Amino acid sequence: MSGKTMYDKIWDAHLVRESQGDTAIIYIDRHLIHEVTSPQAFEGLRLTHRKVRRPEKTFATMDHNVSTRTKDWSLVEETSRIQMETLAKNCRDFNVILYDFKHQDQGIVHVIGPEMGITQPGLTIVCGDSHTSTHGAFGALAFGIGTSEVEHVLATQTLQQNKSKSMLISIEGTLGFGVTPKDIILYIIGQIGTAGATGYVVEYAGSAIRALTMEGRMTICNMSIEAGARAGMIAPDDTTYAYLKDRDHSPTGDDWEEAVAYWRTLPSDPDAVFDHELHIKAEDIKPQVTWGTSPGQVTDVEGTVPDPDDFTDPVARAGARNALEYMGLKPGTKISDITIDKAFLGSCTNGRIEDLRVAAEIIKGKKVHKDVQAIVVPGSGRVRRQAEREGLDRIFSEAGFEWRFAGCSMCLGMNDDQLTPGQRCASSSNRNFEGRQGPGGRTHLMSPQMVAIAALEGKICDIRNYLPKSA
Amino acid sequence: MEAFTVHKGIAAPLDRVNVDTDMIIPKQFLRKIERTGFGQHLFHELRYLDYEGTKENPDFVLNQAAYRPATVLVARDNFGCGSSREHAPWALADYGFRVIVAPSFADIFANNCVKNGILLVQLKSQDVDELFRQVLEQPGAEIAADLPRQILTDTKGGEHAFEINDFAKECLLKGLDQIGWTLQHEDKIKDYESRLRDERSWLA
Repeated sequence: MSGKTMYDKIWDAHLVRESQGDTAIIYIDRHLIHEVTSPQAFEGLRLTHRKVRRPEKTFATMDHNVSTRTKDWSLVEETSRIQMETLAKNCRDFNVILYDFKHQDQGIVHVIGPEMGITQPGLTIVCGDSHTSTHGAFGALAFGIGTSEVEHVLATQTLQQNKSKSMLISIEGTLGFGVTPKDIILYIIGQIGTAGATGYVVEYAGSAIRALTMEGRMTICNMSIEAGARAGMIAPDDTTYAYLKDRDHSPTGDDWEEAVAYWRTLPSDPDAVFDHELHIKAEDIKPQVTWGTSPGQVTDVEGTVPDPDDFTDPVARAGARNALEYMGLKPGTKISDITIDKAFLGSCTNGRIEDLRVAAEIIKGKKVHKDVQAIVVPGSGRVRRQAEREGLDRIFSEAGFEWRFAGCSMCLGMNDDQLTPGQRCASSSNRNFEGRQGPGGRTHLMSPQMVAIAALEGKICDIRNYLPKSA
Repeated sequence: MEAFTVHKGIAAPLDRVNVDTDMIIPKQFLRKIERTGFGQHLFHELRYLDYEGTKENPDFVLNQAAYRPATVLVARDNFGCGSSREHAPWALADYGFRVIVAPSFADIFANNCVKNGILLVQLKSQDVDELFRQVLEQPGAEIAADLPRQILTDTKGGEHAFEINDFAKECLLKGLDQIGWTLQHEDKIKDYESRLRDERSWLA
């Protein structure tokens, strides 16, 4: 019999009830909630007179529609305020801990979970948000759920689940100069397509993954959903344990030793068999930029906007034609000739301290292009404070970036940060869907480094021509 | 939740690949705290010419008289991708859709549909191509989905068998309260929690 994958091990460790021709019930260790996808779940509990089974395993914050310009309640748009007040009331009524709009540790749910040590290896973690896959970077099984499932977890601390298939994506070798974790995941999505991992839990492995920091691993797992995967995960190792040591919710003392010993048992067995495998050479990956309205519509920064007529599949051809029309781009245009109006640095994909550091390094002593509005939105209150301690806020402000409070901001345009019709944005976020960053807005996804350079130059640039090789 | 057994209704073709949940229900409509009333905003950016939603786009399929009363949607690959928002199936159901046919569906969206009494029928691409041809040739024609038999009947009477997971089928057929179903096994949840205290005490 072959060995177990990490997914198998975590699945087995959480089975409350095995499938008996119906569906399995799995236990949920950590439930993260936010203001947008939880109100109807609490309403459901009230209507059925149910309680939250284990309130101490649920953590709430406000991120999607908070303003990142102000902490003044009176300036918050009314429907957003009602949603935030509803979350506050629900957390009070059901005894759930809340990091609210004004709390110093408030932030994007997928940034604060890891930085507080709520996220740990071997856990099952869910949230009513598709980018919950982020937490898989710690060797957790983490995935997004709908509001009915949020209600189910609140009431039962479990979920009904069918087991997914398993996929191994291994990236061996050394990343080239200027190539970042964001480029790895965009490259993978470009290779397998936005439905390439539908029905699978993906494990990322290989020497290029092992060499990454936790921040880099989170960027990769975050966008697993953009390839259609149920979840993405990376085996925990010493990098993981070093990150988690002494975090607020990390185990301490003997518990820490016991936990690490358990975490070391989690990685997939050497003889584990995956349902599908994909092997990528790190050296083949170049800096990536999306040209279309789906994350799979992506190419190398040195490439050109493709011609829809070159697609053999009629559905892909029609998709490319729609995308180019929406994006206002002509086939054959060099990616590095595309000018931008806005630059957005932030989101649960690339709003962590490391992302801000690499961007600040690039812009230090320089100025944002006169035709560009650039904003930098830290992923959490802690990221913001850490950046301020390091003086990054001054570097950004002096260059002409707006320095904001924590939140989802322009990643999804549910708040006061939106593109206007036709505006083109270099964005470190995760989705380039039509209207995602504002109706008619045009999004080009790329690494935070390339966003920083685009902000300075007013156009998309190849990072490899921009940075000194020694950087 | 409304139980689903057999449904026959007018089919509308939505000929786009990768229809994401932002497209199904844009973010400006997610600020409600109720589950109802999302249907009027379904496919907002495709359906209306203006941001306020006062001017219909005559080119959009659901604004054409024959397709407006549709309850069956014929769609393309990876329907429902992107954000996990359950507002997407709420909007589809509120508009009146009970069945969506496509070659593939996104994972979280598919889960959310089961919870809202929407039947997803996954067929081979060539079969979906045939449905597109039929409903474009004969606007207003009806497609029927028979869940107990797992058969979709096209506008010309052709039958297409489809697969569905047994539990999802039972939930749809009975309009099951899934929390109630799980709570029947509450003793097992308690057993698990006591095992957790023994085996991984730092988590209990």
